[in-house]
Amino acid sequence: MTPKALLGRLPLHVFLLVFAFVWVIPTLGLLITSFRTPGDIVGSGWWTTIPRLFDVGQFTLDNYRAVLTQEGLGTAFRNSIFISVPATAISVIVASLAAYGFACLGFVGRKPLFVLVVALMVVPLQMTFIPILPVYRWLRLGGTYPGIWLAHTAYGLPLTTFLMHSFMAGLPKDLFDSASIDGAGPLTTFWRIVMPISVPAVASVFIFQFLWIWNDLLVALVYVGGTPDVAPLTVAVANLVTNRGQNWELLTAAAFITMALPLVVFFALQRYFVRGILAGSVKG
Amino acid sequence: MAEVKLREVSKLFGSFTAVNDVTLEAEDGEFVVLVGPSGCGKTTTLRMVAGLEDITTGDIYIGERLVNDVPPKDRDIAMVFQNYALYPHMDVYNNMAFGLKLRKIAKKEIERRVREAAELLGIQDKLRSKPRELSGGQRQRVALGRAIVRDPKVFLFDEPLSNLDAKLRVRMRAELSELHDRLKTTTVYVTHDQTEAMTLGHRVAVMKDGLVQQYEAPQTIYDHPANMFVAGFIGSPAMNFLDARVEEENGQLYVKGKGFKLAIAADKATDEVKAYAGKEVVMGIRPEDVRTPEMMHQPREEMQFPARVRVREPLGDEQIVYADCAGDDVVAKLDPHLPIEHGQDITLEAVTERMHLFDKETEKAIV
Repeated sequence: MTPKALLGRLPLHVFLLVFAFVWVIPTLGLLITSFRTPGDIVGSGWWTTIPRLFDVGQFTLDNYRAVLTQEGLGTAFRNSIFISVPATAISVIVASLAAYGFACLGFVGRKPLFVLVVALMVVPLQMTFIPILPVYRWLRLGGTYPGIWLAHTAYGLPLTTFLMHSFMAGLPKDLFDSASIDGAGPLTTFWRIVMPISVPAVASVFIFQFLWIWNDLLVALVYVGGTPDVAPLTVAVANLVTNRGQNWELLTAAAFITMALPLVVFFALQRYFVRGILAGSVKG
Repeated sequence: MAEVKLREVSKLFGSFTAVNDVTLEAEDGEFVVLVGPSGCGKTTTLRMVAGLEDITTGDIYIGERLVNDVPPKDRDIAMVFQNYALYPHMDVYNNMAFGLKLRKIAKKEIERRVREAAELLGIQDKLRSKPRELSGGQRQRVALGRAIVRDPKVFLFDEPLSNLDAKLRVRMRAELSELHDRLKTTTVYVTHDQTEAMTLGHRVAVMKDGLVQQYEAPQTIYDHPANMFVAGFIGSPAMNFLDARVEEENGQLYVKGKGFKLAIAADKATDEVKAYAGKEVVMGIRPEDVRTPEMMHQPREEMQFPARVRVREPLGDEQIVYADCAGDDVVAKLDPHLPIEHGQDITLEAVTERMHLFDKETEKAIV
């Protein structure tokens, strides 16, 4: 870039930096507070630590120890993983299969069926609790992992199917013809051709769905809220707010534990994330 | 090795007839080209042979076997697509080996066949490359290789050269021709490019609106087009079509238009033409059969007509002259050294031995 062009973009970069900084401040405050003793938190603002940030002695890991053990966040963290990872994997696989069917296989009524599936996006999930809960009780699915996997998969499918479909519909049809001449049936084509090509789309849908499930409170509360052995972090943190609303040191530590995994996932997969959103809409 | 036979094959999409009652036969080892403008049904015909489209009516045979209801993978065919349709996540080796792996062929045998095909196509050093790392010509070779390793009874090509630039296209055309000479596999080749059709095909089927207009050797099609469409489609620049009337004077047949009256050569003056005496026809004459008297050993006045030069395109080995003959456009391929200028009045001579006459209503060839 020429110096002139760089200068022209300077206002934009300043604006973005300011924006990013403003956005990061609360997170930074949360992080620092979670490492301070209750006395320090009440005594002075978190920003007062910044001039002597490298004075490690002022910080403590006790808060994390406390929430992970005494407050049961350790179990909840494990539960969150047990819920999010399988539920996300199941939705992505089912959505990919469904999208493949809608996009690449010719069968009677696929258009109206696809419209129906996508139209389900407009149904507020709160509306579904009352009819579904009796069924769950009858099937004894309430308070179990399979139960919440099923719930999350079902609620996510309209959007995930739609996203996967828009990607797969953009794949050249010749590829499928070529595979069928090569002797691949629909399932072989799916696993050996379509899925490997769809990695960017799968990754982005995976992130979407994972973040949604990880951050979900409502569905977790309704389907497994009464079972601490299964309840995820969001439910545990919500309970913590109710029970220990004054203990900022615990709340901030709990909040940061909740944020940690999504951050890791996002940073690990972010290049897919951006590419995946573009995939299907832009050719190439 | 096998022949391909289509018997009265039709394909309807809703109420639209894409392919209409096509009967074609490609003999064992023959290279057959389907050519026509876009939407003429040539690709649909090919896809029906491949089994990628259902047949509405009719029968398709590969070898002695009726394949109407045989899925593509069991037809023992291999197809090369216009955009190559390589699997983007597999390297060249696996692209070529994929079909063999699915057929549970022994690993050693797969390796042998892939190496052989790669060598034949000159891509042996690219076996570990992904398709996106290859140039257009190399991708085309991989697509060919994928077909070759299968050692099928029939090759099907769907406009395989149309994505290549002009220079590469000419080279690949020659390579395809050479490849066919070596492998001698029955081939059905679809293209909209008449040069490809003429150069590659043992026989060419010219199609329009789902119908086969003519199915013969390329030279026969060029010399004796069955109708005005074929006459105009094959050959570049296209054949001149001039409205005219057949007239008889003292036993000699003439074809008379707005700006010309030409004697019909004796071997063209058949009974069929005589029957058209006094009737409207369309005279067709190829640009290379329109000359100037200077180019003829024995100029014949009764075959000459005046014209005014509108545009002149010198091409080095020839010059294309677009002239106006009493309101009719005439294109002539002339000697490049003739001093011809824009706006000049010239005399042209038609080689009426090579003239074509078409019925004005049916557009079918009279002679």
